[in-house]
Amino acid sequence: MDNLVEMRGITKRFPGVIANEDVDFELRHGEIHALLGENGAGKSTLMTVLAGLYRPEAGTILVRGNPVGFNSPRDAIDLGIGMIHQHFTLIESQTVTENILLGLDEPRFLMRLSHYDKQMAKIGEQYGLQVTPDVKIWQLSVGEQQRVEILKMLYRGVEVLIMDEPTSVLAPQEIEELFKTLRSMVEEGKSIVFISHKLNEVMTIADRITVLRQGRVTAAGIDPASTSKAELANLMVGRKVLFELEKTQREPGKVVLELQGVSADNDKRLPAMRGIDLKVRSGEIVGVAGVAGNGQSELGEVITGLRTCTGGRILVNGKEVTNRHARTSIDLGVAHIPEDRTHVGTAPNLSITDNVIMKKYREPPIARGTSLDRGAAQEMAQGLKSEYTILAPSVETPARNLSGGNLQRVILARELSSEPSLLIAMQPTRGLDVGAIEGVQQLLLEQREQGAAILLISEELEEIFTLSDRIVVIYEGEIVADGVEPDAEKVGLLMTGGSRSSSKERAA
Amino acid sequence: MTATPSSARRSFRFPLVLQIEPRMDSPRWLALLVSVVAVLLALVMGAVVLALVGGNPFRAYAHIAGAAFGSLGVFSDTLVKATPLIFTGTACAVAFKMKLWNIGAEGQFFMGALGASIVILAGVVSEDASRLVTLAAMVVGGALFGAAWGFIPGILKARLRVNEIITTLMLNYISFALVNYFIFGVWSEGGFQMTRTFQRAAWLPRISDLADQFPIMRGLTTHAGFILAVGVAIIAWYILFRSLWGYEIRLIGDNPRAAKYAGIKITRNTVLILMLSGGIAGLGGMSEIAGVIHRLQGSISPGYGFTGIIIAWLAKLNPLLVIPVSILFGGLILAGREIQPSGIPRLIQGIILFMLIASEVFLRYHIRLVRRPA
Repeated sequence: MDNLVEMRGITKRFPGVIANEDVDFELRHGEIHALLGENGAGKSTLMTVLAGLYRPEAGTILVRGNPVGFNSPRDAIDLGIGMIHQHFTLIESQTVTENILLGLDEPRFLMRLSHYDKQMAKIGEQYGLQVTPDVKIWQLSVGEQQRVEILKMLYRGVEVLIMDEPTSVLAPQEIEELFKTLRSMVEEGKSIVFISHKLNEVMTIADRITVLRQGRVTAAGIDPASTSKAELANLMVGRKVLFELEKTQREPGKVVLELQGVSADNDKRLPAMRGIDLKVRSGEIVGVAGVAGNGQSELGEVITGLRTCTGGRILVNGKEVTNRHARTSIDLGVAHIPEDRTHVGTAPNLSITDNVIMKKYREPPIARGTSLDRGAAQEMAQGLKSEYTILAPSVETPARNLSGGNLQRVILARELSSEPSLLIAMQPTRGLDVGAIEGVQQLLLEQREQGAAILLISEELEEIFTLSDRIVVIYEGEIVADGVEPDAEKVGLLMTGGSRSSSKERAA
Repeated sequence: MTATPSSARRSFRFPLVLQIEPRMDSPRWLALLVSVVAVLLALVMGAVVLALVGGNPFRAYAHIAGAAFGSLGVFSDTLVKATPLIFTGTACAVAFKMKLWNIGAEGQFFMGALGASIVILAGVVSEDASRLVTLAAMVVGGALFGAAWGFIPGILKARLRVNEIITTLMLNYISFALVNYFIFGVWSEGGFQMTRTFQRAAWLPRISDLADQFPIMRGLTTHAGFILAVGVAIIAWYILFRSLWGYEIRLIGDNPRAAKYAGIKITRNTVLILMLSGGIAGLGGMSEIAGVIHRLQGSISPGYGFTGIIIAWLAKLNPLLVIPVSILFGGLILAGREIQPSGIPRLIQGIILFMLIASEVFLRYHIRLVRRPA
């Protein structure tokens, strides 16, 4: 009996949407099976069915050859199937051990936490998951929290581990560590379903790949060695995806953004930017490469007035915006695609209309005296909805009901339609699927054509290389290189502080 | 072969299970339907309680309905009771929309009453000033004092991040003590804990004032404060849902970080909204003493400011819905004097509130009862 899990003819509908239609899926014992597809292709839905959270309208699930029916995630876990969701389900104020024990029948009466602490540490060691059992969750990084989630499943004796987009929250080094863990788990005889829309990762980690598009299977259980990125992208999107973007030669114009020795602190009040000098010209894309947490988030925020500088000056079109209110930079034509779409970029319970007018509500035609012209606002929203292909029932749909890609389109529509003179694009394609990434990158290049100055802050090196006219590298709050060649090895070394030691060596 | 793993754990399993899934859309008719069903279910639960304590629920409900809405006379009294609730309900709705938890509408109501009284008793307007001038001055006094009582927690919150729940709640007690100081000491009428009766020019006109021309209006106590209240609720609705300022308030309320990102000044709006909220509650206090009591005394409110919190929630923070909800509650308060034990209408109030809040889950989730699979 080769297949540990078999799903046959699964159909799952939501009001107005078919999430899965007649989907078959097989998981072999001891494999990493990647489930690939665009956002909204039905990957997570299919796996939440397997994890016992959703009940399918049609289809059967077989575990070790026996048909099963799940009423709750508990039933699935009893059969050894556990899922780790994209958003973690941990209690911040409790310790690692407490979180793992939560919901179990043990310990029965006395807590005896130290006894369990030892057990957790032992399991962690077995799979190469380093966690300290007695620290509180809020003290852990996202990567460590993910390890706790994995431990939680291992402690419950899970044989099949489903991971929903596990890398979307991780830094590159953490991804490496996760992959190591996954491999050692497979060696111990576990089976893993790896949900992702990232081609590179899937090609690296998966033993077999199943591709979903619009709720249907377009390729089942293929071997990564016998396929290519282009073919997979085609299966996902249903059309050819250009990996090369057309970019015209262009001479940069006048300086739009100028930073002179700007310093700022991070949220923990530690210095995050140390005397940064930077110029961005009209019609130029400057890409900021760096490992997350080296000051690039703060860089975007000080320019847009969301964070105070502790030193230096910031000029937009020659006008001072240093430590001014966010409105000053908005009025000077600074558009901002924020890093955090849901917490900064949009208001979840307000409609698409209310979200797209966020930067324009003070001007006519939306402002009429002190009143808000809802007709004009809806008209504008309708226009943007079709221009930027925002998929939603209507412009009155609340933002929280939109998928990640559509939410990003709402933000892009709002920011780019203002014809900005300066665009701060922070992680503009994070979490988007191949088709959507292409669209966003095209839009950025269009802005460049129209003469906008663009500061691109991204963790995707490939993105920085394809789009940027000039690349700067940020490390520990300083620009350590300005105008480097798009060479992954070289930039990678600079990003990790490699050049510093080398320059010291040269000096010595 | 045991297909379901936990069948060994539990021998008997109910053949139906609840299936709960998040809902993508919630149409308006559904919101209305769910609310109506929730109120009906609350009445049924109230009936069960009434039957258990030995009453006849049908007669009790008929009596409540009759006592609150049965005739022109009692309906007019219901509107009198609803008037202060519209003010305090609107005051709370405005603040809550920005997620500012103003628990101090009661105190702001008292301060409004005090402000309006000062206008009369400290001689701000002369005793023989016209009715229009006197009442206009009282409106200004009431609104200003209420707004001042909103300004204090507002500025503390905006500048020093002091929790407004604590400050607004504590300011209630300060306002009660202030009013007591004036009615026990400064303006005490012959040693009683109340001021002298205001001159006629300081009375809000009542419907019964027209009884000379239209005899049917004899004894109808509804006063112009009701019209003022409805007007204030409509203006508040317009501000919240149709003005630029209201857009800012709704944006801050939903996501302050997005509001900051959009260039909206949060600190200034915090102060302004708490002042507006306090001002509206203060108008309620003015309306109550100018329309009903005609003097300042200790017992001007049986907790209108606190009931306003409940009303704002039941109206889903929409000032227009505050009006019908307040009329319903006004009726229940009125009926409370007729029903024995008098706690029954309050019990029903509580059950209605509980049911309406619990019913929210039906708007957010799709809940079905399905057959347990084999």
